[in-house]
Parts: sequence; structure tokens; C-alpha cells
Amino acid sequence: MGCISPDGKPTESGRKMLAALQKGMRSPEDIVREAGLPLFRVRSGLRDIVGAGLAEQKGESYDITTKGLELL
Amino acid sequence: MDEVKEQMVSLPRIGEPAPDFKAVTTHGVLKLEDFKGSWLILFSHPADFTPVCTTEFMAFAEIYAELRKRGVELLGLSVDSVSSHIAWTRNVEEKMGVKIPFPIIADLDKEVSLAYGMIHPSESKTETVRCVFVIDPTQIIRTILYYPLTTGRNMDEIIRIVDALQTTDAHHVATPANWRPGDKVIVPAPNTQEMAEERLKEEYECKDWYLCLKKV
Repeated sequence: MGCISPDGKPTESGRKMLAALQKGMRSPEDIVREAGLPLFRVRSGLRDIVGAGLAEQKGESYDITTKGLELL
Repeated sequence: MDEVKEQMVSLPRIGEPAPDFKAVTTHGVLKLEDFKGSWLILFSHPADFTPVCTTEFMAFAEIYAELRKRGVELLGLSVDSVSSHIAWTRNVEEKMGVKIPFPIIADLDKEVSLAYGMIHPSESKTETVRCVFVIDPTQIIRTILYYPLTTGRNMDEIIRIVDALQTTDAHHVATPANWRPGDKVIVPAPNTQEMAEERLKEEYECKDWYLCLKKV
């Protein structure tokens, strides 16, 4: 996974995305602006983060989970 | 032989949707749809740790900032593994001082290479030739370039193509030979006699009814 290490911890880009979610960013485009990452990295990273249970997706919106907050 | 036949059938063409993919890259698993909304330059190289490819990767890295200014992302590809890509790009950074900022597909099963017609068996049965696919934000293929294994690509031309395509889209015009940003552009040829006559009254620089230029 691009932004989750094999040990399950977020990488630097993963932490940037989680931090953006914690600040209330909800869409990939908002996360791009907050995290300073390219859109394609955010889209693929959100797949990884959701897959690892660090965030949840509701339609087009994303939110950080308790597990995600613990790893920040 | 079957592989060659399949490749010829699936060869993408300008104006068609770019073949979909989900691929392992140096930046994790990426899908074509991840790039929707951005221009994308998907390019293949024959192999990691080879001289021409190394010069090309450094050159692509050098134009990366210029491409990003134009809303363009870069995505490399070869049939090497992610470990090989990582080792090679680290080597390029250590020995040549150039960091490779864009992802590279590890197309070990050749799924993407075959979908995009990147393997030309008469040139090499095992390596991809030097292809460049310029894909627009709606994921339509807008330009295809093929170079042989022995010829490194020209980065100025790649930027020029992006500039020309973006100018065409913004102003509904065409661009003449050797066009550069700031040069006059070509007003599309008229489809009817009436249009041909009307355009001569416009303030275009017309060589004749079918070749009119204007500034944008």
C-alpha cells in the first residue's frame, strides 16, 4: 500500500492525509489543498487508509476513525 | 505469435478512451481513474539500470515542475519489479543527484504494456519500447509517440505537445509546424463555401481561404 507501511502505520503522506481529515477536510480535493499532495496520490491513498480502517467513506466524503486518530 | 496478434488488436488510438488499468507502482497501487481531472503522460522505458533510460528519467524529472504547472502528471512504466524501480531511482539520486518524483508502474505481467501496445516484438520481445501517451483530463488519448530503444526522447517536444493540445482545447484552433506558445495559431479550415467566404472578411492573417492564422 502506498501510504500504509507493512507494519500498519501510516507513512508521511498517510499522516498528512489523516491530519487533513482530522482538521475537517472531507473530499479528496480538500485534502489535496491541505496536505499538498497530488490528487492521484490522495485518491489512491484514501483507498489504502479506508482499507486499513483508519478512515471511513460515506459517498464522496471521508472521515477519520478512532483507529486513525490513534495512529496520528 | 498469439501475443503479437493480441497486441495489434488492442493497440489504442488517438481520440479513444485510454485503456483502464490498476497497477502496482513505486507510489502504491494506482488506477487510471486516480488521474481523472489531470492531464497524464504515461510513458514506458525498456529497462531499469540502462543508460538511455537513465538520461530520460533525469530529463523527465527536470521537466516535472513545468508539467505540474500545466496540470500534467507523469507516470513511468517498465516490465521491471517495484524493488528494481526503487533500487534504480535511489541509484539515480545517489549517483546523479536527481530525485525521481513521479510514480513508475512495475508491469511484470505486461498487462498495461500489452493494453497500450508498448511491446514491439521486432524491436524487443521482452522490453517495452519508448512510448509516450498524452491522456487528457477526461482520459481520452490525445497523442501517441513511439521511439526505438536506441533513441532518447525530446522533453521540449513533450512540453510543446502539451502546450499545443491545451491551446487547441482552450481556443478551438490548430497549431502549425514548429509552433511555440505565443506564435500565431491556425483557424480551423472552413467546412462550407459560405464559411470560406466569411472568414476572408475576418481579421485573420489569411494566406488563402484554407490557411488563416490568428493570435490567441
